[in-house]
Formats: sequence, structure tokens, C-alpha cells
Amino acid sequence: MAAALASSVALVVASCGSTATAPSVIPRPAPVPSEPPPEPPPLPWEQPPASPPPIDSPLIAIVGGTVMTAAGETFVDGVVIMEDGRLVAVGPRDRTPIPQGARRVDATGRWVTPGLIDAHSHVGVYAVPALRATADGNEATNPVTAHVWAGDSFWPQDPAISRLLAAGVTTILVLPGSANLIGGRGVTLRLRPGRSVGEMLFHGAPDTLKMACGENPRRVYGERNTAPSTRMGNVAGYRAAFQGAAEYGRQWRDWQHQYRLWHQKRLRYERALDAGIAASPDGGVASPPDDPGPAPAPPARDFGKEALLGALEGRVLVQMHCYRADEMLRMIELGRQLGLRIRVFHHAVEAYKVRDVLAREGIGVATWADWWGFKLEAFDAIVENLALLTEAGVHAVLHSDSAQYAQRLGQEAGKALAAGRRAGVAIDEDQALRWITAEAAWALGIESRTGTLEPGKMADVVVWSGHPFSVYSHVDLVFLDGVLVYDRTRPDPSLVRDFELGLTEPAP
Amino acid sequence: MSRWAHAAARRHRVLRFRRTIRAALLLAAILAGTRAQAQAESPPVLAIVGGTVRTGEGPDLPRATIVVRGERIAAVGPDVVVPTGARVIDAQGLIVTPGLVAVQAPLGLLEIDLEPSTVDASAGTDDPIRAAFSAADGYDPRSTLVAIARTGGITSAVSTPTGGLVSGTSAWVDLDGERVTEAVVQPVLAVHADVTEAGVDAAGGALPSAMLRLRELLDDARLYARRRADYDRRAMRESRVSRLDLERMQAVLTRRVPLVVRVSRASDIDRVLELARRERLRLVLAGAEEGWRLAERIAAENVPVIVTPLHNLPVSFDALASRHDNAALLSRAGVRVVLATPDVHNLRNLRQEAGNAVRFGMDPAAALRAVTVEPARVFGMEADRGRIAPGQLANVAIWSGDPFETTTYLVNLLIRGRTVSLETRQSALLRRYRTLTRSTPP
Repeated sequence: MAAALASSVALVVASCGSTATAPSVIPRPAPVPSEPPPEPPPLPWEQPPASPPPIDSPLIAIVGGTVMTAAGETFVDGVVIMEDGRLVAVGPRDRTPIPQGARRVDATGRWVTPGLIDAHSHVGVYAVPALRATADGNEATNPVTAHVWAGDSFWPQDPAISRLLAAGVTTILVLPGSANLIGGRGVTLRLRPGRSVGEMLFHGAPDTLKMACGENPRRVYGERNTAPSTRMGNVAGYRAAFQGAAEYGRQWRDWQHQYRLWHQKRLRYERALDAGIAASPDGGVASPPDDPGPAPAPPARDFGKEALLGALEGRVLVQMHCYRADEMLRMIELGRQLGLRIRVFHHAVEAYKVRDVLAREGIGVATWADWWGFKLEAFDAIVENLALLTEAGVHAVLHSDSAQYAQRLGQEAGKALAAGRRAGVAIDEDQALRWITAEAAWALGIESRTGTLEPGKMADVVVWSGHPFSVYSHVDLVFLDGVLVYDRTRPDPSLVRDFELGLTEPAP
Repeated sequence: MSRWAHAAARRHRVLRFRRTIRAALLLAAILAGTRAQAQAESPPVLAIVGGTVRTGEGPDLPRATIVVRGERIAAVGPDVVVPTGARVIDAQGLIVTPGLVAVQAPLGLLEIDLEPSTVDASAGTDDPIRAAFSAADGYDPRSTLVAIARTGGITSAVSTPTGGLVSGTSAWVDLDGERVTEAVVQPVLAVHADVTEAGVDAAGGALPSAMLRLRELLDDARLYARRRADYDRRAMRESRVSRLDLERMQAVLTRRVPLVVRVSRASDIDRVLELARRERLRLVLAGAEEGWRLAERIAAENVPVIVTPLHNLPVSFDALASRHDNAALLSRAGVRVVLATPDVHNLRNLRQEAGNAVRFGMDPAAALRAVTVEPARVFGMEADRGRIAPGQLANVAIWSGDPFETTTYLVNLLIRGRTVSLETRQSALLRRYRTLTRSTPP
């Protein structure tokens, strides 16, 4: 694979060079030495993003109901209009005309929200049933496995997928586990059941890198008597990995530089040859420049280092599992030394203690409403965490880390909201809804495309039987890219994954 | 016989009496009142006024008053007069329920799961039979988890050992009091077994091994009962079950305590029901993810079931048919359902489980009973706990609204008539960090 990609790069480079060798019979002056060298060849990871395939979805108007946009506004009697995968209009019914020919969905007495986003999922990589054969989430054979991609572990037949969809979740970030310091790249997925991970990709979502601080890596490797077995071992591990990545980046930039020099020489040589050939009848010109020989070979590709380099260069969003306040501060400091930006601290149950710093640094937090105590670093969790973070201006996200928990994100948001209000935090329901929609989208770097009900965004819409934070509310309808993918009253047999066929049966 | 055992035996006799004759309940209340009066000149009188009272039986009582004398409820109803001198708790606009009961959780037996030095929940021996291993011997009333549980309206718990095929003996604890003897109300409450994967693994890895060990245990315990003297003279055939385990199993064989069996798969539930029927045990099923498939049979056998409503994933091959409406289907078939929440650190979420049971079709009143009076009944504590009724201990939760909603919070909690603190380690952390200042510790 590496070799194939490397040779494809070489092909691109070769074709770049050949365009300059068009034969000419007209003598040209030798290039002036000050001529800028040719453009450097592109680096292999600098591919233009593939444009998402066009989406064809019907013109639908969800009419009536309380529309919670997660963009600051709630319309008590609202309208949501969508077509071709996009939201066309969102507003109060009396000021939002419904286009001719729109299929109407009556949401009177119901609630309408954006599709929910789970910023920390192991669905498909730790699939159910939890078996030896389905434990694909931790490549725990080395503390640094930046070269692996969660998408390659993802099992599209995980029965949890359709259950999450039925709970209103439309987008998830599937991450490797936290056994490793650097666990690998995550994959951002659309919960439209597909036959392969490729059919479920969120096209154009930025790459993400899973990292882990604290107890897990030092426990997993410490128990094997290999590094890291301490927190200092953890930090040494990050340092070494990113140092290697920085050097790798330098090798490629050096290569680019060398290539440009070579390319310049090559151009001169070719022109001189051309000129020489054209001038030969007159004879006796200055000797041509030396043949620069073959192009310098690119460095060997290292996909792990490439992912780390992407993180250093900000192309890859760092999703870092880190519970304790002091460790988060340490990671921020280390990041500064390494030139590494952390996008989101995950779990981060002590984030409230350093929310001023997190706000200043622009680092987000993805956490639960109330999980605590399963290990020492989770001992200081408080339910007010999310509300306090929001109050301080931190990007706050309510995540699941569990296929069970992911099915009740609304209830959990309600829980964290209520706790915050009791603590005197002035926070509204829209802000709490943002924890599981807009802010989760921000965590994944897809906030301009989904996460709110605003015109132009992806038509990911959930219609609830009641308030989305109520324990009694069902998800009635889920639209993904404007297509109705779940209807509680009409169970879709195709949502039953292959694995479940013949194993489960409808209730009496 | 230990002091506890004496107390337990006495209580048990009282319990049986109370169960059969309802009038005796009132008498007991009067007696209790008399006892309390003998101890203190006048027991403190407290009145919870104006709330909507969900008693755990019968319809809601709007704008009702609950009078509490000492540790017991003296009166409840819309027309009850507040006694002069009573401390009044204003519950207008609030919902009042019996205190909730958390079951199937090693409460008070651990602090941090991954720190073995803080975990006393499992015997941890190679022997999968640990019937005599007693939660009462490890329960810590000051556990940080206990205070957190209280914030979810939990007033009592069945502190339950984990691990092994027969994990041990649970204790009924009330979540107040700092002394073990105050908190542990019934130290020999039930014996707990596990024939799901974990328990089967402890027995060697195959279900038949687990069933064999269970039958052997019951068989040896019966033999031991008949031939105690021979056993002491070593004239009985050898048993690989320890003497204390054989001794503890007598409570199960005589139906004095239930045998709670954690089981998931429908065929295994069937098998355990059959074993209990043949052995004439007081069986309680726990987990029972596929219980809905045998709802009629379970109802016919009058076996109570402890279920977790939010468990709907096919997490193992034994629980492929897990579904959200398990509790509802069982309840509708007439099974006595008790609801449980799996995370011992968050027993405060029991009410959320109940709300979800309602979402998936369980009757709301049945769901409230399933976290109050049903667990009390299943574990033989219903004479004193589980309802808001005269004579009952005043274990009362006062809520800002519908207790099953996560946006509702607990306003006040009474355990055995005393208002208990809702302070936790977490509320202390919140207070310290509510405002960040330079002096906030790092």
C-alpha cells in the first residue's frame, strides 16, 4: 500500500516535470538566474478534498411543533423546510411560507431538533454482542498506533447502529479506545446504515486523532512491564512520537526543496539542450550544464507519522481523553512546546476546575452528565460540569462513550441543564441542546455543515413525541440528508442488521 | 448467634405477623410510638404539607399532609390536621413519594472500581460458592456513593455482593446513620447467585457446571440440615461446600430469605424457574433480559423479577432479545417487577430508569411501586418500608416535580423520620469551584 501510494506520487511528480520539455526550434535566451524555481511537488497527503456526492431528497415541510434550532432560537409553532439534502427554511409558521408541492409532516404538539451528534462513540469498533471477535477498538500492541484508522475496524452490521438512529443520532465520531497514548485516527460517520464504512462516511469531515492521558495507557502497558507505566512515561511517549513526526515533516520539506532545486537544474539543462540542438549548425557554443540526473526520491511514507504531522499542522483534530484538571493543563503546556493544538478534551470530568484556561485556549470539552468514580481520575466529577463550562465560554459537548448512553442524550442533557440551573448558571434549553448537536459538530470540525436547524445546513432533523429532554419522549421521525430514515410507526425491516436476523423477534 | 441474627429473627417473626394481620400494623405503629416516647419525652413531630403525595398504593393524594412522629408516619391525607408544635416542611407544588430502594448493587462495598484496595464487593476466592460472604461485613455508611445515592431519593438499598457463582449474602441498609449497626437493618437479606457469563465462568465456564454446582450446594445444604451432628463428627459424606456456606443456605432452604439469581437467556430463566420449583425456593430473577419471552410462566410461578429498563442492546449471546419494553411486558403479564439501575456510583439514576420503563409502556404507578414497595415486598421489608402510610417508617422523598424526569431534583429527603443532608463530595466540589478565583486551589 505504502509503496503503491509512493509510486503514484512519483508519477504525479514525473508528469509535472515532462510538461516543461516541449521541443522548440527557436533559440531562446538562457534563463536568468533570478527566475523563481518551479512550484514544489505536492505532498502526498495534500489531496484536494473529494466533493460530497449530490443528494436527491424530496421537498418536505415539517409544520407545527416546537422547533429548537440549537442556533439560539426556538419557534413554538415552527416550520422546517428541506430539499435535496439541505435545510431550505426554518422559522415561525406565520413568517415561513410553505412552498407549493411540499410534502407536509404535521408536527403539531411535537418537538423538532437537529439530528443528534455523538462526539465519542465506539459503535462498530466495540460492537454488540461484546465478544472476542468484536473487540476491535484498541490496537493495544504498541502505545503509539497513529497509523491505524477506526474506519478499518468498523463493523457496519453492529446492531447498535439502528438503535442509535432510532434515538435521533445522525452523526457519530467513532474513535479508537484509550489503551494507547495515541490510538489512531477516528472516523466521522453518518448513521445511514450501509454495507461498508465507505457508504457511511461523512464526506469532507476533517480527520481526527485519538490520544489518551492518564490511567489507561499506563495501566495497559504497565501491567505488561513495558512503557509507559507512569504518567511521566506517558508524556515521554507523546514527546517522542511528535518529535518523530516533526522530523518526518522536515524530511518531506527537505525533499520538496531538493526536488525544486533539481527541477530547476533539469529545466536549465533541457533548455540548454534545446538551445544547443537549435544552435548546433553554427557550432562551438559554451558547454551545456551538467545533466542533474534522476529526480531525488521522496522519503518513505509513514502513515502514522503523517497522522501526527497532520495534528501538528492542524489538519487533523486532536481528540484527547483526559480526566484530570492538572493533566489537561500539562497537555496544553506540552502542546505549546510541541506545536500541537488540542481540539477537545474527552471525558474531562475535572474540566470545570480549569474552565478559564480552556475558554482562553479555545479547547472544547466532551463529557458525560454524571459518570464518576469508576477510577480515581474520575473521582471529582460533578453534574454541573457542562453548565459551568458553557457559562465560561468553553465549547461544551455531551458525549456518550457507550451505545446505551447514546440512546438517551436528550435526557442526559436535561440532567446536566437542571443541575447547572440549580447552581445558578443562567443557561437555556437551546444551549443544552447544543451540547448534543452544534457543539458536538464543532468538536468534529463539521459545524458549518450540520448541528443546527439553519438554512443551508444538512437536513438532519429529528421529530420527537415530546420534549427532547423528557424521559417519556420518543423519537418519532429521523431525517438524514432530508431522507426519512426512521419512522417509529413504520419499523423499517432494513434497519434490522444482518446479525439480528433470526435471532430477535417482535414483541407479542 | 450474633446480635444481628437475634435481631433478624425477632424482626422476621414480627414481619410475618404484620404481613397477615393488617390491624397489627397499626398496633405496631402505636407500640413503636410508645417505645419512642419512652426513649425521649416527646418524639419530634414533623408535617409535610401541601404536596401531591404518591403513596405507593392507591391514587395520588393532592394537597395532602403527612404527619411524622419520631421515625414513623402517623397520618397521611388531604384532611390531616398539622399537630401544634410540628416542624412544617412546605411541599406545595411538589411531589412526595416513598423513598426509593436500590437493589442489586454493591453499595457501600466499594469506592473506586479500578482500585482493588477500595473494593470489598467480591470474595475474590477461587471457590465460586460464597454464600456466607456478607455485604453487612463490609458496608460503609460513610461511602461517598451512599451520599450520592441519597440525592436520587434513595432511602434504602439492598447492598449486594458480586462475583462468583454464588456471590454471597446481601444486606438491607437504610441510607442514614454513621454507625454500621444503625445503617444495616437486615444483615441476612438474600443469597445471590449469577448464572450469566460471569458466574458461569467462575464455575468453570460451562452452564451445566454452574447448574451442577448449584444443585450440589442445595443438596449438601439439605443433607447438612438433617445431619449436623454427623457433620460435626465428620460422619457425613464430604462436601466441598464450606460449613458457613452450608449454614447460610439454610435460610434459603427454609424460604426465610430469597435466592436472587442473575440470569439473562430465556432458556436459562426457564431452567432456573424449574430448579426453584423443584427445590421450593423463594426465587427472585435478576437481569432477565429475555424475561419477556416467558412472562406468562414467570407470572404463573409468582416469581418477582428485577430488570433494568434501559438495557436494550444484545450485549451477549445470552441477551440477544434484550428490549426496552421488557419491564412493561413483564408487568402487564402480572409479574411483580422491581426496577434497578446498574451503575452503583449512580444509583441516583434509578428514577430515570423508572421513567424509561414508563416510556416503553409500563404503567406509571406500577413503575413507582417497582422502585419502592415492590423491592420492599420482595425482600420482606414491606411492613416498615416502601409506602407512605400510617405505621410505615418515614422514608420520604420530596421532589421539585415528576420524580422520573431528569430535569426534576430532590428537594428534601427523610429517612426514618429524620431530614437527611443532601450534601455530597460533589456538592462540596461545586461550592469550591462555583466561582474561579486566584485563591481557588489548583
